[in-house]
Amino acid sequence: MFEANSLAVIFVALMGFSILLYAILDGYDLGVGILLPLTQKDDSDTMIASIGPFWDANETWLVLAIGLLLIAFPAAHSHIFKELYLPTAVLLISLVLRGVAFDFRAKAAFSHKPTWNKVFKVGSLLAAMSQGYMLGMYVMGFEDTLAAYAFSLLSAFGVAAAYAYIGACWLIMKTEDALQVQAVNWAKKTGLLCFIGVIAVSAVNPLINSDVYAKWFAWPTTLYILPLPIICFALFVYSQMQLKHLPAVNDKGCWRPFVAAVAIFALCFFGLAFSFFPYIVPGKLTIWQSAAAPESLSFILWGAIIVVPVIISYTVFSYRVFWGKVQELRYH
Amino acid sequence: MFETLMLSRIQFAANISFHILFPTITIALSWFLFYFKLRFVQTGEPVWMRAYRFWVKIFAITFAIGVVTGITMSFQFGTNWPKFMETVGNIAGPLLGYEVLTAFFLEAGFLGIMLFGMNRVSARVHTLATLIVAIGTTLSAFWILALNSWMQTPQGHEMRDGVAFPVDWLAIIFNPSFPYRLSHMVVASGLTAAFLVAGISAYRLLKGDDKKAPKLTLKIALTVAMFLTPLQIFIGDMHGLNTLEHQPQKIAAMEGVWHTEKGAPLLLFAIPDEQNKTNHFELAIPNMASFILTHDINGEIKGLNEFEGNHPPVAPVFYAFRLMVGVGMLMLIIAWGSRIQLWRNKPLPRWLLKALVAMSFSGWLATLAGWYVTEIGRQPWLVTGILTVKDAATDIAPGNVALSLSLYLILYVVLMTAYLHTLFTMANRAVEIEEITDDEKVKPVVHSAPIKENNHV
Repeated sequence: MFEANSLAVIFVALMGFSILLYAILDGYDLGVGILLPLTQKDDSDTMIASIGPFWDANETWLVLAIGLLLIAFPAAHSHIFKELYLPTAVLLISLVLRGVAFDFRAKAAFSHKPTWNKVFKVGSLLAAMSQGYMLGMYVMGFEDTLAAYAFSLLSAFGVAAAYAYIGACWLIMKTEDALQVQAVNWAKKTGLLCFIGVIAVSAVNPLINSDVYAKWFAWPTTLYILPLPIICFALFVYSQMQLKHLPAVNDKGCWRPFVAAVAIFALCFFGLAFSFFPYIVPGKLTIWQSAAAPESLSFILWGAIIVVPVIISYTVFSYRVFWGKVQELRYH
Repeated sequence: MFETLMLSRIQFAANISFHILFPTITIALSWFLFYFKLRFVQTGEPVWMRAYRFWVKIFAITFAIGVVTGITMSFQFGTNWPKFMETVGNIAGPLLGYEVLTAFFLEAGFLGIMLFGMNRVSARVHTLATLIVAIGTTLSAFWILALNSWMQTPQGHEMRDGVAFPVDWLAIIFNPSFPYRLSHMVVASGLTAAFLVAGISAYRLLKGDDKKAPKLTLKIALTVAMFLTPLQIFIGDMHGLNTLEHQPQKIAAMEGVWHTEKGAPLLLFAIPDEQNKTNHFELAIPNMASFILTHDINGEIKGLNEFEGNHPPVAPVFYAFRLMVGVGMLMLIIAWGSRIQLWRNKPLPRWLLKALVAMSFSGWLATLAGWYVTEIGRQPWLVTGILTVKDAATDIAPGNVALSLSLYLILYVVLMTAYLHTLFTMANRAVEIEEITDDEKVKPVVHSAPIKENNHV
């Protein structure tokens, strides 16, 4: 059996893992949606083909993350989503719209395809922005102030830029020729925007939350945590340098920007998690105050220990099956 | 002006009603697809691949709507029904968690390979992926029905300070109503998919499609429907007996029995009158309800009078039950009538084909009606004896719920229109394509050449 306090830590770690995986995986496919050009038909087909086999499974990480919050920290789940009621509704409706647009654009009457492309693009953008907005409100402790709304709006654009950035990096890896060149351009621009967003959130977060400030700037913790922003900064620089040389002969290094973007996502996420731990609702509820009964958490943990590695292995299998440059997507 | 409770109830009902339509199709359609694929592997007959290709596209679109509309559910528990998780979260949480871990990931993980991977993996792996998706969809039904049944007939827990704690997980999962509800729902899914396959195939035949594939799928769907309709009636009867034992007030509402009586009649039709606690315009078979429920023509059935203030509203349960049974009977007649006609080697007359087209979504109607019986029939409880719906509700401003509800309703109208339109567009397009060519026949094995119909994404 597991002990109650460590169960809360294990579950918040599992939830963090799912959120991070969600942000990376659905991040790139939402990003591809945001970047979708409405005028070039062939490019948009190729771009959508690059995410076709994956988006369903990518979105499942969101269900798991939200599910873990609901299962392990029910009080926090209801607190957070009551505060974020309307942005959540916008997020859900956007996810529904882009998910169905993906299928309808391929199967409805051909004349409707441009409309579904628009729905896909706008749905992806709104989904990304509402997630960013929710992140902003969370960081601001759900304050009802102008500053909080302004910051959340900034965060909305930041997350949309970050998703577009990782989406562009994904496309560099998965596409060829003119579209790949285009993707490199997208990655340069959105990478810069994403960088500005990260700086803004990192600056505002400790300034408004004194606890967060105390955590980051307490000697000697600062020393241990300092490499995090430095490496993050270095990764942005590295990514931009790589992008200057892409696409390269024989497609050498086409995967590097994507890997850099994944690393940036992971570091930023870790930074945020570090800022708030052990609070799950900033300043209000800790993970220990809101955790569900240990007998329930133990029961689900045994399943998770067995199943999560299996999930990861067949996810890896699926990515290997569709490895390499994207081919025309057809139902066989 | 509506209050938050009522709006939340309408919103949850709208979300879950719309959502369940799509899994109801995919749970069983995935098994149809597995069967088509398996037959193709065994026989090498291209017609099986044709059937697979056509229906896998419909599966993909249906599955996608099911996934995305399902995500809304995991948020609503917390936003609109916070007390639900606070009171029974220790039970509901792990059951939902196991659904995500064992079912959602399984189906979503292998769906990509099933839909787009046929040319990238071996025939065996592809067939296996199809099978795994089918298992995944069925497993998700297993977990969610375990939770729903536990809410109907809770056991295996203990209450401490008003919060439910698990004591025996096996007792929780295999609670008294679970086996009946699970089999009733899985067979309902089978019938829904069977009538959809039959209806769309009949539509293609009516449009002049003379190819083998729609005839074959029509025949298979009708065969399945012919076996499943009587089976479903049998399971439904068992489920009713189980409900009589554990939730007698639900049965009293279903049968419109206001006062405990012996030899209760079976009401074919009536207008229940909640105020005067009686029925108007009764059309009844004497003693039949007692006979069905107690297997004794003079058996006693408890009336609503014994559950004062603790029974569901009668009219919706009463009507929904009759709608479900009525659609079920129609399914039985149509399935047997058409299948016998085919068995005598006669083509179906146009009127029968038209009837099948009209019945394409009869499964949806019966399934929804059945769910309304069981869910409204649980009122006023959310979890029988533990938590009422009223006590579980949120305190969000009604304006917010009204706004989100309106957005959802608009969305659902758009989605349903697009879905139906697309389904029939695909059927029409399939009518136009050529019959199987010799080219397809010479290479029956699986790394098959692309076919005209697939020249779009």
